[in-house]
Amino acid sequence: MKPTSYTLDATFAALADPTRRAILARLATGEASVAELAEPFDMSQPAISKHLKVLERAGLISRGREAQRRPRRLEPRPLADATDWIERYRKIWEGNYKRLDAVLQELKAKQKKAVDALLEDVKPKPRKRKLK
Amino acid sequence: MTKTALKVTTPTDRELAMTRVFDAPRGMVFDTLTKPELVKRWLLGPPGWTMPVCEIDLRVGGKYRYVWENADGRKMGMGGTFQEIVRPSRMVATESYDDHWTGGETLVTTELVEARSKTTLTMTVRYASREARDAAVKMGATKGVEASYDRLDDLLKEETR
Repeated sequence: MKPTSYTLDATFAALADPTRRAILARLATGEASVAELAEPFDMSQPAISKHLKVLERAGLISRGREAQRRPRRLEPRPLADATDWIERYRKIWEGNYKRLDAVLQELKAKQKKAVDALLEDVKPKPRKRKLK
Repeated sequence: MTKTALKVTTPTDRELAMTRVFDAPRGMVFDTLTKPELVKRWLLGPPGWTMPVCEIDLRVGGKYRYVWENADGRKMGMGGTFQEIVRPSRMVATESYDDHWTGGETLVTTELVEARSKTTLTMTVRYASREARDAAVKMGATKGVEASYDRLDDLLKEETR
């Protein structure tokens, strides 16, 4: 197995969970202890520890040296690799969809014109008097 | 009025999903995805590219073929086969680039949901294998990535020991 597969699998599996994404978002603002991380979630510390282990295994976070708190901190590199990829998609498709917006607006305008013309046709017209 | 921002997510470790709301009924959106004369006007990718080839045989088992070209004459082609067509709500097609930069074939599912004359389009790209996804992720990956992977591998080895 290629080593890169191994790591990226771990990264994507780790990112697939909303709690873990929230933990990463929290750590993006600075390091925090397990207790501090558990606080905003309605979860026990062991449950949070499980999530932290997954994140750690994926290389997304690391532990500080401070013996008591053992604060977790974000490891930006693997996260950046995964998000770089997503960002490339986003850029290309944002451009595509902006152009699509314009095409749709044009189609809608055309359709409206066609409908208006149709309505104009069925509208009762003033009768012409026959001239003798 | 709500902003129509593009949302990109990874629903599973082999999928990438993009969601976007369009201010049009879904039949119209479906047309812009499947009629060549309309597709050619917006599916252009990065700035500077045009789409000289856009052929769509819209039926199950039918093929489509796209070729883009930039100002330097560089070409990029791709195509695939329709596997499912449910007008105007759903479409499934294979997708494969000529130079295989995505690492092989992907399966693209497009879903259109209409509410109050607005359409939510969700496009999910599913990679055939982990290797295929990795190839896509690595495309354009920045320097120093390998070093970072090596470090991570060490970490993983430690964990599984």
